[in-house]
Amino acid sequence: MSKPLFFPGHTACAGCGQSLAARLVIEAAGPNTIVVNNTGCLEVFSTYYPLTAWGVPFVHSLFENAAAVASGVEAALTYLGKKDKVNVIAQGGDGGTADIGLQALSGMWERGHDVLYVCYDNEAYMNTGVQRSGLTPFNSDTTTSPVGTQSMGNLRPKKPMPEIAVAHAISYVATASVGFLQDLQRKIKKAFSLKGPKYIQVHAPCPLGWRHEPRQTIEVGRLAVETGLYPLIEYEFGKLTGVRKIQPKPVEEYLRLQGRFRHLLNNPQAIKQIQEIADNNIDRYGLKIQL
Amino acid sequence: MKGFLEGSRAVAEVIKLVKPGVISAYPITPQTHIVEELARMVANGELPAQFINVESEHSAVSVCLGAVATGVRAYTATSSQGLIYMSEVLFNIAGMRLPLVLTCANRALSAPINIWNDHQDSISVRDTGWIQLYAEDIQEVVDLQIIAYRLAEDKALMLPVMVCMDGFILTHGIENVDIPNQEQVDRFLPFYKPLYKLDPDEPLTMGLLADPDYYLETRFALQETLKEALSLIPKITQEFAKVFSRQYPGLIEEYKTKDAERVIVAMGSVCSTIKEVVDELRAKGKKVGLLKIITFRPFPAKEIYDALKNVPKVAVLDRALSLGSFAPLAAEIRAVFFGKNKKPKLISSFIAGLGGRDITVDSIKEIFRLLTTKEKTAEFIDLKPELLKEKIDV
Ligand SMILES: Cc1ncc(C[n+]2csc(CCOP(=O)(O)OP(=O)(O)O)c2C)c(N)n1
Ligand SMILES: [Mg+2]
Repeated sequence: MSKPLFFPGHTACAGCGQSLAARLVIEAAGPNTIVVNNTGCLEVFSTYYPLTAWGVPFVHSLFENAAAVASGVEAALTYLGKKDKVNVIAQGGDGGTADIGLQALSGMWERGHDVLYVCYDNEAYMNTGVQRSGLTPFNSDTTTSPVGTQSMGNLRPKKPMPEIAVAHAISYVATASVGFLQDLQRKIKKAFSLKGPKYIQVHAPCPLGWRHEPRQTIEVGRLAVETGLYPLIEYEFGKLTGVRKIQPKPVEEYLRLQGRFRHLLNNPQAIKQIQEIADNNIDRYGLKIQL
Repeated sequence: MKGFLEGSRAVAEVIKLVKPGVISAYPITPQTHIVEELARMVANGELPAQFINVESEHSAVSVCLGAVATGVRAYTATSSQGLIYMSEVLFNIAGMRLPLVLTCANRALSAPINIWNDHQDSISVRDTGWIQLYAEDIQEVVDLQIIAYRLAEDKALMLPVMVCMDGFILTHGIENVDIPNQEQVDRFLPFYKPLYKLDPDEPLTMGLLADPDYYLETRFALQETLKEALSLIPKITQEFAKVFSRQYPGLIEEYKTKDAERVIVAMGSVCSTIKEVVDELRAKGKKVGLLKIITFRPFPAKEIYDALKNVPKVAVLDRALSLGSFAPLAAEIRAVFFGKNKKPKLISSFIAGLGGRDITVDSIKEIFRLLTTKEKTAEFIDLKPELLKEKIDV
């Protein structure tokens, strides 16, 4: 067997969706890949000096600049005449992508760098202890959007990152999920078959932050897709070209596995609000299988 | 090539000779002419670099970080707010031991917003681990720019270097400068061969997490390396002299200090004004001199000690302030003599030229005049009393 590109033995939690996704991403990208990582759980659990889990060249600089550092890596490879032989991945969590790193990411897209950006969306700042981010879902309980007598949790729905990416007129935008790993790897390969900037957002359940059992990571990931709350979609050059069809399940099946939504469970009105988000997605992307 | 050139143009001409593979910058006055000139060179095919137009200084210097990590020489320039916006990345680059070179066109910090020259920007990032060199005139900027790359990429150092030039005074001033030829630069500055780089043939991990068991040693190593730079800098400037026939002391320049009774310590373009005053006062029999600090980081404490130990009265001229405390350069000059037997009787500290207020011949004479027996601390020069009169009643 060839040398692993992402070694086991790192310090991720049991059931970590992000570590699984990151391994599958780099395995799909292959050994001729340079990885640039934002600060976050992934970088912390995979590069704890003097150990590293990475079998490919890897650089971590700061929380918000992976897209810019990757732009520099790509520019250097272009200068050296090596760009065609080497893939460049920039990656980070939802906070490093949709919040503090959005400016650098927008710049990278706008400039047209031949870089794939992968966002591991575990829907909060997990590395610092489950604070809300721009990708935290509506009414989710986090440490900075806590449920209280005056609060049902996070105030707003997820920032529409895939649409923001599409608006940059880049070659490829997709969502993926730890619940559908072959689909994830196909999308990584698809991305690298196209030139220019690409964006893939991977839904990555976090047992600690979402408060579900570590063994439920895949199941929770699948349910997010199957309820319509996390649609799996693909855009090529701005056109919607792929949608994973579902037989929609009620959102409650997804919510009830997770402590972060527990406060909604005996509240039909609150569940209805979440169901509306799913129904909107189902309508908008035509997710429902027509029998 | 010899001719009358604007400072920014001169910097761009010399950067072209240094042949960076990646240039990334973001516009800010008074740095803009440098990067505009480089953009033009790239657009005309005179400079085969990747010119990356970014959305911020944070990204500009991050792009350079990525390029140097991939084994390619890079360049950026900025000023003031831009440098402060970069500061997070500056620490990171030094910690990662990446030999980037940056030109800082020195400018004041907001508020109030002010585009004119002082040293508050670069002084505020003095603790980042970057080597900092301050230029007196345009020729010196040009030469320090080449020296900076040689120094940064020296295998014993692998540290970033910031070349500081006074905004407007040097960036927009015009001087007769000698731009070296390509053959000279190539002889002095070999093609960049990195010690480590991101390369799929030899995968390595950069920017790891170091816990309390390891972090302390990484900082110690940086500190030790910066100390080593103090002996390397004069060696490199001697080699520079052999190739380019221009002599630089590297760390400090002593101007008529040997028998001096009063010496001003300063950095940057104001040193030219001080030299003029020194000459004038010397002609009248006054024993005065100038100690110019070229290398502020690492701090050449031993050289400063030797230069000033027999000088009875020293004035330190700062163009920056540690608000609420002492003037930065003065505090360090005083620290050099703490506990020493041989030392000046008095080290006075003066603040001048903040936000571009001209430091004139008269300002310098005022400093020499104030160098009496009473020690001054962070004494402001050239204040306008009429502006200080108005007070709001509370
Ligand atoms: C400029 C800056 N601000 C804040 C932090 C602290 N910080 C480190 S990681 C992190 C959260 C990361 O969240 P995310 O990007 O979603 O990644 P995750 O850990 O959830 O995978 C924060 C807030 C930092 N390192 N740098
Ligand atoms: Mg996260």
